[in-house]
Amino acid sequence: MKRYAKYIRPYLYAFILGPIMMLTEVAGEVLLPSFMADIINVGAANHDVGYIVQRGLVMIVTAFIMMAGGVLGAWFSAKAALSFGADLRRDVFEKVQTFSFANIDKFSTGSLVTRLTNDITQVQNVLMMALRMLLRAPGMLVGAVIMAFVMNRSLAAIFLVVMPILALTIGMIIKTAFPRFTLMQVKLDALNTNIQEVLTNVRVIKSFVREDYQKEKFAEANKDLKESGLRAFKVVIFQMPVMMVFMNLTTLLVVWFGGNQILDGSMQVGNLTAFTTYVVQVLMSLMMLAMVLLSSSRAIASLRRINEVLDTQVDLTDEGARYAQAPVKRGRIEFKDVSFRYYKNSEEKVLEDINLTIEPGQVVGIIGSTGCGKTTLVSMIPRLYDVDEGEVLVDGINVKDYSLKHLREGVGMVLQKNVLFSGTILENLQWGDENASEEEILQVARDAQADVFVKNLAEGYETELGQGGVNVSGGQKQRLCIARALLKKPKILILDDSTSAVDTATESRIREAFSGSLKETTKLIIAQRITSVMEADQIVVLDEGRIVGLGRHEELMEACSAYREIYDSQMKEEVLA
Amino acid sequence: MDEARKERLVKKYARKSDAAGMPGGPGGPGGPGGPGGKGKGPGRRGMPVKKPQNAKAAVGRLFSYLNADMGKLVFVFICVIAGTISSLAGSYMLRPIINGLTQEGGNARKLLYSLLVMAAVYAVGIIAQYLQQRIMIVVSQGAIERIRNELFEKLQKLPVRFYDTNNNGDIMSRFTNDLDAVGDMLNNTVVQIISSVINVVGTFCLMLYTNVWLTIVTVVMVPLMMRAAGFVAMRSRKYYQAQQAALGTLNGYIEETVTGQKVVKVFCHEETAKEEFEYLNYDLRDKQIFAQFFGGIMGPVMGNLSQVSYSLTAMIGGILCVLRGFDIGGLTVFVNYSRQFSRPINELSMQMNTIFSALAGAERVFKIMDEAPETPDGENAVALTPCKGHVVLKDVTFGYNPDKTILKNISLYAKPGQKIAFVGSTGAGKTTITNLINRFYDIDAGSITIDGVDIKDIRRDNLRQNIAMVLQDTHLFTGTIRENIRYGRLDATDEEVVEAAKLASADHFIKRLEHGYDTMIEGDGANLSQGQRQLLNIARAAVSKAPILILDEATSSVDTRTERHIEHGMDRLMAQRTTLVIAHRLSTVRNANAIMVLENGEIIERGDHHELLAMKGRYYELYTGKKELD
Repeated sequence: MKRYAKYIRPYLYAFILGPIMMLTEVAGEVLLPSFMADIINVGAANHDVGYIVQRGLVMIVTAFIMMAGGVLGAWFSAKAALSFGADLRRDVFEKVQTFSFANIDKFSTGSLVTRLTNDITQVQNVLMMALRMLLRAPGMLVGAVIMAFVMNRSLAAIFLVVMPILALTIGMIIKTAFPRFTLMQVKLDALNTNIQEVLTNVRVIKSFVREDYQKEKFAEANKDLKESGLRAFKVVIFQMPVMMVFMNLTTLLVVWFGGNQILDGSMQVGNLTAFTTYVVQVLMSLMMLAMVLLSSSRAIASLRRINEVLDTQVDLTDEGARYAQAPVKRGRIEFKDVSFRYYKNSEEKVLEDINLTIEPGQVVGIIGSTGCGKTTLVSMIPRLYDVDEGEVLVDGINVKDYSLKHLREGVGMVLQKNVLFSGTILENLQWGDENASEEEILQVARDAQADVFVKNLAEGYETELGQGGVNVSGGQKQRLCIARALLKKPKILILDDSTSAVDTATESRIREAFSGSLKETTKLIIAQRITSVMEADQIVVLDEGRIVGLGRHEELMEACSAYREIYDSQMKEEVLA
Repeated sequence: MDEARKERLVKKYARKSDAAGMPGGPGGPGGPGGPGGKGKGPGRRGMPVKKPQNAKAAVGRLFSYLNADMGKLVFVFICVIAGTISSLAGSYMLRPIINGLTQEGGNARKLLYSLLVMAAVYAVGIIAQYLQQRIMIVVSQGAIERIRNELFEKLQKLPVRFYDTNNNGDIMSRFTNDLDAVGDMLNNTVVQIISSVINVVGTFCLMLYTNVWLTIVTVVMVPLMMRAAGFVAMRSRKYYQAQQAALGTLNGYIEETVTGQKVVKVFCHEETAKEEFEYLNYDLRDKQIFAQFFGGIMGPVMGNLSQVSYSLTAMIGGILCVLRGFDIGGLTVFVNYSRQFSRPINELSMQMNTIFSALAGAERVFKIMDEAPETPDGENAVALTPCKGHVVLKDVTFGYNPDKTILKNISLYAKPGQKIAFVGSTGAGKTTITNLINRFYDIDAGSITIDGVDIKDIRRDNLRQNIAMVLQDTHLFTGTIRENIRYGRLDATDEEVVEAAKLASADHFIKRLEHGYDTMIEGDGANLSQGQRQLLNIARAAVSKAPILILDEATSSVDTRTERHIEHGMDRLMAQRTTLVIAHRLSTVRNANAIMVLENGEIIERGDHHELLAMKGRYYELYTGKKELD
């Protein structure tokens, strides 16, 4: 509970005023029947028209005050709940910004998005409802009971008997309904997954002629959902007659005992009228409480999912950095006995005993089959993941001792699964350096061989890219991503399979540009194509997390069988041809 | 952040607001049996109210799903009437009781007698209401189940074109948001409308019967309340739209940023992201507060106006008691009626939103149901048993839209057992050819025959059973690995499944998984690598005995070394089958019997690998890396 205090404190007045305004409404609601009783007991009994008019006007004014209370209450509770939600959403978003890559991998993108959108909305809605109902329902309950006691103590005692029994019954109903609704939600999720799957797989289904099979599967899931839904709703429906029985029974008891009191003259008839109203109010407020409780179940589930994000331990920070002020100056990289596994308790190591030294300005090629750890290896340099054993040094300083900002500013990385964002090409390039001059931007675009095709677009650098850069081809997208990284002017540049869709001629021009304007920069190139790395100063051959070959092309052709095998698989036919 | 940047930010993501929508929709619990109250629940959330195009038709069609339960519905109807009448009667009975207490000659025996009658009336009402809800929930859930099934079955019949032109999220929301809204309406609204109408009419009659003057006072209040409701509703709608737009913008921003989170980190863009988010987040909040405020005051405004009406009748009724001898019992029941009278009117006006969104939802569902299905097989359609796999395309011309031709005069043949490869850039029409052979799309001109029979004359299920496809998108189904492979042929034995996995070189990695072939695939196979999923897809095709095999970028995510390892298996897989291969990586297609180089929908070069290299044409350029393949 304590963690939410900071979302409440700035809006404390709204959190307090909202329910209080609602109480105004409640106060009016319990007072009105007693004014009504006055009209009957005093006005009508004494034939006092003046009194009746006076009381009547008081009632009307009360009703308007109630309206003002209700309207203000709605304002404050909207303000409180939505501000709470907005602040919470901001914190979740900011938390996600601090996530390490490992954290991001743990949550899927989709689930993070849902938590930031739907789950927060869910919490906001229930909170708003709670703020309106929270004091209202109990307030009405207490108010009506007090008024009843003031009017007629012995008659009001009926409430004391009925209320606990009813509360108990409602409690039992909710307790039964809760798990049934949870189960229904599970079935609903299952059905939705089924639909989603069928929609994405439509070609597979059609090509294997499995429509009937899918129909059967769906019908089954559908029936399942219906039945669990019925089981849940039946309980809720049962609540209604229970309430009605209690309400009517109480009314009958009140009229019976009250009637007898009127007959023996110990009670006035107007009070009986007021009493019947109180019966309805008391029972209604109990019912409202039950409603709030039932619908809060969803919000609690949402809140739990949100807290999962907030509670995530960010396993990679720069808090202990010893050289927080130091920037990356030269770009010398050293791996010392580095080992890494993705899950702390998994047997298999992704990287094992990596030792590697890369001098500033060198070009290093990294090659090996899928899943052999190439991406993981380079991810250690900008500290996207932390090593389990050993250390990675940049310019002789352990990467953990840099501030993340300085380290990542010094290391430009073009990810394998790269993304462009909505906005113009120019805006996307400016991710590398917001204050870059036009000249600088054109220069990196030329280096990445992107300048020509961008200029050929109707709107040039002002061309709008759709989300994920859908309106440029794969090879063009990769070149833009490279240009974006170049603009950072990094000391170390990492290309993770980022020219796979670029043709070899263009690729070699990019490499040429590297050796020109990026001479000083250390360059690491991961590639599938052996031609992409053949000319590197050093080639690292990885296999199942170990370095099995290290050296120049000719050396490896001599000494490394794995390298030769890759070479053969790509080049043999060509030589033959 | 300066104004220009804010504006751009909003503009950038606003476009997506339509698609982003708001899944989740109306809540499940607490539907039926909610408090009668004065409808002071939270402001209606969910979709903006879209008016149905043709409400009458939608209602009629919706009710056709209830036909099967006509008997039950009649019973429900009777229950509603009985329940409403008994509740009206129950409250009216207070009048003689109270009058009996205030007039001379009242005694406990008379009181007891009246109370017993009242209890009986109450009992009838409660039973009737319970039965009505209990039956209605079964009826409505049944109807929803039927609609859902029918919608799903319809989807199975729709052509691939439908899926290519509609986005999945949109179709998905028919099942979730739209059907939820319809379900809500069937659950509550229908019954509520009937009972509200009876209530209003009944109360009105009883009010008239009790006192004409007071009735006039009450009725005069009604237009005033309508006015107020209209005023609030108008503003609420306006701010609601602003809220939805801002919500869409923020959701679009969140989705894109979180999807690109790793890039954000690599570029140290966290601070900018926070700043932009902050702006959009609080922009949404400001709009939301207004929207929710106006949504939230409908209840208090209407409720308290009815309190005003209650106060007025109390005052005037009191005066009438003094001046005209109106009875106290009459006054008591009348003030209760004056509240009851406005309640159903309020409820009806609030139900309008539910009804509109339900009908609009129903229309969207029906729209899918009315889509044209795949053209049915002709009467003379035949089944090829056995199919040898001799594929011939003759002057095939095709375009997805009539105004844009994708394939022009394509002619080619593949003899049984031959391997034909297609290369060319994206958009050249490679995948389109495979879409035509299994009739995902029908050609515009020319002909495609298999074993000499035009594919339009082959039964569609038979045609597709004879063609196994391995697609570039490696989607899998929730279930075990074994089930996923068996999808290729449902009656395949376990041995055949393993055999197929071996052929696709998948057996090796499957065995290393903790549960082997019984490993559950969840979330579209997120626990497998892209390459592994492709191998499973190949195994799935291998288990089917189809004589024609289509491989569309089937090994694009498998690295060259692994690809070389599985080459042997692939060769065996293709050996007895006619195979059409599309590959980005040219090394994959070298050993094809014929390679077709496609450009702009035309075959510009054809021949085997060596012939094409010797031609020194486009293929040669591609192969030697002089040209980029996109």
